[in-house]
Amino acid sequence: MYARETFRQTHDIGIGSLPIIAIISTFLGAVTAVQFAKQFLDMTLPLPMSLIGYIVRDSLILELVPTIGSLMLAGKVGSNISSELGSMRVTEQIDALEIMGVNTKAYLIMPKILGALIIVPLLFASAIILGMVGGFLAGYFGDFFSWEEYKSGLQDSFTSYYMVIFLLKCYVFSFIVTSVSCYQGYYVKGGALEIGAASTRAVVNSSIMIIVTNFLIAFLFL
Amino acid sequence: MIVVENIKKSFTEQSVLKGISAEFYPGQCNLVIGTSGAGKTVFLKCLVGLHKPDSGNILYSDRKFNALKAKEQKKLRQEMGMLFQGNALFDSMSVEENIRFPLDMFTSKTEDEKRSRVEECLQKVNLTGAGKKYPGEISGGMMKRVGIARAIVMEPKYLFCDEPNSGLDPKTALVIDELIRELTIENNITTVINTHDMNSVMGIGDKVTFLHKGLKHWEGSKGDILSSNNKELTDFIFASDFLKQLRNKANL
Ligand SMILES: Nc1ncnc2c1ncn2[C@@H]1O[C@H](COP(=O)(O)OP(=O)(O)OP(=O)(O)O)[C@@H](O)[C@H]1O
Ligand SMILES: [Mg+2]
Repeated sequence: MYARETFRQTHDIGIGSLPIIAIISTFLGAVTAVQFAKQFLDMTLPLPMSLIGYIVRDSLILELVPTIGSLMLAGKVGSNISSELGSMRVTEQIDALEIMGVNTKAYLIMPKILGALIIVPLLFASAIILGMVGGFLAGYFGDFFSWEEYKSGLQDSFTSYYMVIFLLKCYVFSFIVTSVSCYQGYYVKGGALEIGAASTRAVVNSSIMIIVTNFLIAFLFL
Repeated sequence: MIVVENIKKSFTEQSVLKGISAEFYPGQCNLVIGTSGAGKTVFLKCLVGLHKPDSGNILYSDRKFNALKAKEQKKLRQEMGMLFQGNALFDSMSVEENIRFPLDMFTSKTEDEKRSRVEECLQKVNLTGAGKKYPGEISGGMMKRVGIARAIVMEPKYLFCDEPNSGLDPKTALVIDELIRELTIENNITTVINTHDMNSVMGIGDKVTFLHKGLKHWEGSKGDILSSNNKELTDFIFASDFLKQLRNKANL
């Protein structure tokens, strides 16, 4: 039962967030490419356009996808989790589980956290790829650079340690989102109004924690 | 059999249960009655361990609930079934999945055994064919019946029902009452029912416990109620002038 529930959560979180994460990362890549290309053109100092591929790649890996993606997850998955648990609490479904002898914390919370830890790195990894594609399309059709230029930038001096940072952010941020929103939802008291308040708190609190932790990770590990 | 020894429960500014003792026997419908806010739900939740009483004991066939180790408590819980005042059906699951949930969770039955047990329970509550529906798609009376089916699927020794027929029309209410009574007798279950429905009291009240102001104010069978002179009880039962007149006529 626990395995089945974990699988369901993995599926729900992954498939549920795929469209929004895909759209966002594609545009993040595109904006980054266009913005830097414009700045390069404005500068008197000549900079090779191949640099854009390098910049897009590392910004996506290090910052844009894990951080902005997690903030999106806080809004989507976080509010979802806390209102689901909150409504289970006020309609006594959690009590019903408790009476049966189910360990409700283990049954309701663990699969959500585990599911996110499993799927979010995969989700964000595909987001990085989409972001790089978005960056290329914007730059190419905006006539800023050619495929060869972009590609040589993408392949230039890859720091594998950045992938470690990326994974670290994936795990830490998805843990923050799921645990904070599970906590807010599980301990709801009262009625429908409190469910809404709890899911707002879930989003706000986890977003703030993500931003602060993001800084700490950059400060300590970069 | 359930023995309740002097349980007390208060919330921050209000003491709800002020020392209640009672005994509930198997094969009987044990009714707990009292005005709205008398503490019936709190009492029932103390029995099943959803509220922790401030003091006092609850013994399930000589097992002290709050002295049990977590593992034994879990085992005891599997001998309990409960029907909630608001049904508490899992709304992300179909009727069938709701009923089979405890089987999936706690038994190593095969797929076929589970399916036939679910079918059996659906039949008992007269819901064959509704298994694929979701809680949002069925009527209040059907929800109660699903709740009952889910509560009895593990063949509990103890069954708790919080206002099983609130919000139902008198006829459906009778059907639900009869269903609970049948199951109780058939499987020799110790059943505790909260209610303020007088039809239930007179219909299935093998034993009636009247809660008033946090205390057990009266106790007896449905037959005793008519002849009782306890003022609070008769005020509660024969609330309307019409019923008071009836009672006076009957006692003449
Ligand atoms: N979790 C709680 N926190 C604080 N007070 C509570 C809590 N639960 C119940 N109470 C109080 O305990 C009293 C009894 O409530 P309870 O729900 O047991 O009444 P009841 O007899 O079941 O009423 P009804 O017939 O309307 O269901 C009420 O005054 C209620 O305000
Ligand atoms: Mg109640």
